[in-house]
Amino acid sequence: MSEATIQPTEHAAAPAPAAGHGHAPAPTGDVWGGGVRPYGAHSKKFGMWLFIVSDSITFAALLFAYSFVRMANLEWPTPFHAASILKSTTMTFVLLSSSLTMVLAVDRANKKQRDKASFWIMMTALGGLAFVVLHSWEWIELIHEWVQPAKAANGGVLPMMWGTFFAATGMHMLHVTAGVFYLVGLALQYKGGKFKPIDVEVAGLYWHFVDLVWMFVFPLIYLMSTKIE
Amino acid sequence: MSVAHEVDEEHEVHVHQEPTQFIWKYVFSTDHKVIGKQYYMLAVVAVVIGLTLSLMFRWHLATYDPQHMFLSPDTYLQVLTMHGTILVFMVLTTAPLGGFGNYFLPIQIGAVDMAFPRLNMLSFWLTLLSFITLLAAFFVPGGAPVSGWTGYPPLSAINSTTEGMGWGQTLWVGSIAIFCLASLVGAINFIVTTLDLRARGMTLLRMPLPCWAWFVTAVLALLSFAVLFAGGLLLILDRHLGTSFYIPAGVIFGAKELNHKGGSPLLYQHLFWFFGHPEVYIAILPGMGIVSHILATFSRKPIFGYKAMVYAIIAIGGIGFFVWGHHMFQSGMSPYVAVAFSLLTMTIGVPSAIKTFNWLGTLWMGNITCNSAMLFALGFVSLFVSGGISGIFLGQNAVDIYFHDTYFVVAHFHLIMGVAAMFSIAAGTYFWFPKMYGRFMNESLGKVHFWLTFVGVYSVFIPMHLMGLWGHPRRYSGMENAFLSNPFIPAMHNMVTAAAFVAVLAQLIFICNFFYSMFKGPVAPENPWNCTSLEWITTSPPKFDNFGGVEPVVNHDPYEYSVPGASKDYIMQTDPPEAAPAHAVGHD
Repeated sequence: MSEATIQPTEHAAAPAPAAGHGHAPAPTGDVWGGGVRPYGAHSKKFGMWLFIVSDSITFAALLFAYSFVRMANLEWPTPFHAASILKSTTMTFVLLSSSLTMVLAVDRANKKQRDKASFWIMMTALGGLAFVVLHSWEWIELIHEWVQPAKAANGGVLPMMWGTFFAATGMHMLHVTAGVFYLVGLALQYKGGKFKPIDVEVAGLYWHFVDLVWMFVFPLIYLMSTKIE
Repeated sequence: MSVAHEVDEEHEVHVHQEPTQFIWKYVFSTDHKVIGKQYYMLAVVAVVIGLTLSLMFRWHLATYDPQHMFLSPDTYLQVLTMHGTILVFMVLTTAPLGGFGNYFLPIQIGAVDMAFPRLNMLSFWLTLLSFITLLAAFFVPGGAPVSGWTGYPPLSAINSTTEGMGWGQTLWVGSIAIFCLASLVGAINFIVTTLDLRARGMTLLRMPLPCWAWFVTAVLALLSFAVLFAGGLLLILDRHLGTSFYIPAGVIFGAKELNHKGGSPLLYQHLFWFFGHPEVYIAILPGMGIVSHILATFSRKPIFGYKAMVYAIIAIGGIGFFVWGHHMFQSGMSPYVAVAFSLLTMTIGVPSAIKTFNWLGTLWMGNITCNSAMLFALGFVSLFVSGGISGIFLGQNAVDIYFHDTYFVVAHFHLIMGVAAMFSIAAGTYFWFPKMYGRFMNESLGKVHFWLTFVGVYSVFIPMHLMGLWGHPRRYSGMENAFLSNPFIPAMHNMVTAAAFVAVLAQLIFICNFFYSMFKGPVAPENPWNCTSLEWITTSPPKFDNFGGVEPVVNHDPYEYSVPGASKDYIMQTDPPEAAPAHAVGHD
């Protein structure tokens, strides 16, 4: 079984038999036999997947902490009224749409259209930026409307509900913000001829992951704390 | 030929020259060999600091006099905390994985470098930053934290409760968080390297056992440090932003009840030990791999049950994620849950025993050479058994509730996690030094080092088991406790301290030997131990691209020693297939 038939792009990675070693071809030609990347997956892509595994565990731990303290407290405020939910739904829509533009960016990159790919990466970054702006605006409003009175009533200590809210959404916003910088940097350099389609795809993996995390944060943090009148 | 190819599948091969300037060659290097040495040196510095701290509190305990204490109670706890943190994170996690793993994983699998050389450099520099941040805790107002290496809240979650709990604790958490990032980056690199960059013919089940150990360790690091990172983040929020994740209602500090309510210290314990237990295996698994490698080499026999060894490593790593609760039996837990954790903990005894018996099986009827590397490998097996046996006691919730927070626990985890891992580091150093520096270490000094250390550590930790059985609590700086009415206790403390001084000072022999041999040791050939793995087919030390432009092709399993009918008593992994008679090849 030759590697060339399995993975036509692997020539650079497949070592040529060299003098002094390997009189006979290596006995195995399977995907795990060495000398090839398993299933032809690019190392960067594999690395990003591993990062996503690890990072999702970090988010899982934060959401576990949220569930833990929520279960441990008999009283849990449910302060999000209709306006709040509307705003967070808009944010969700913006973020999800940015995943669509990211898909378009990866597609254009694979079609070797650097300018178009760069444009769609920029659109994605714009969606991320809009999310960050909306979210920050919301944070500020919540702090004025709810958090400060609650904190004052508590003698300066943040009530648990807000602690979990800011920890989970803050960590997520940090990821979106980092992602915006990542995407803008990538878009500018990609347009300038640097990087390869795989780099766009890897950035896309990160971006979809950040979106996916929001799809856990949004129902658990917002919808489960909707004000019911 | 000093050109390395960064393997890239997009038809472009990045060729980078070996740097010539000192700063790019030895400081900001992306070469895995240099980074491995950097990690190793960081661990050497850390171990010197960490062991010095241990001598300080041992001296305090041996010379204890309520009127003239060597360390004040606060200082005692600070020294204790920093000893634990430095040793666990900066030595046991960095040297076996970051040091040896970085240096030898790519070479043993036949790669020119790690998959992401620049991330590799980032990982080391983050580790160094973390180390400096940790040490800085000594020098801020109030000094280092007093909450132990586990940093349990509520003590650690509240700013300025006592000495060291202000900036010291904050720097401690910051250091741990940076360390988590460094480990994450490193773990990704190790996993991708192992799966993607193996040379032709290096199937997964042809990898030498250290590679398997580093690989599984990296998976553990990937999955566990992520949780510690979240735990540390919430601790910082509690300390500085007024949240109450870990602080329940009704906590009283300084006769004042705190406002905080709604949190739970148990939450921290779950998050911490979900990391903390795999961390034990992060420290010990590379040691198991290294020791397996050395035992086979110096017994001139194939490792007994190679596949069983691989599956045991995977099993230990896997089950290790489901036993964290055994650190929390005393914290309040349903007995049913405790039984489940207890059973799972016992289960780890099975793969551990498989490994131990396979080591013995490897030695059985072997043609054994007792040099320094082998002695330390044998010492590792001994310590692993001694420390493991007490783990069977502690894993049972009924017994643990009695032993918890006594010296028994201290003795247990030091033997199995601390000293055993240290022995594997020493074994690996004596074994690989000729490859890393092209020179041998002094054998006589190595043997003196071994015997002093071996007798020393057993004399330190065997008495501690007894002290624990008598009820001596750990982490106490004072001796006025009712538990300590036993007249043997002060004598025991004296003996332990004397032994600790012997064991620690013996390491100076090692360090002198190390640095002397680096420059003056006898020059080593390519393969001084007649070992079969890929690092021994290249020059000592290896060239910048490891194999001098030759891409190795692997034809043999990793431990083909004393194969009947072969022309010599070992068959290199890269030897042609016909080097071994067909009927004699294979482990199974």
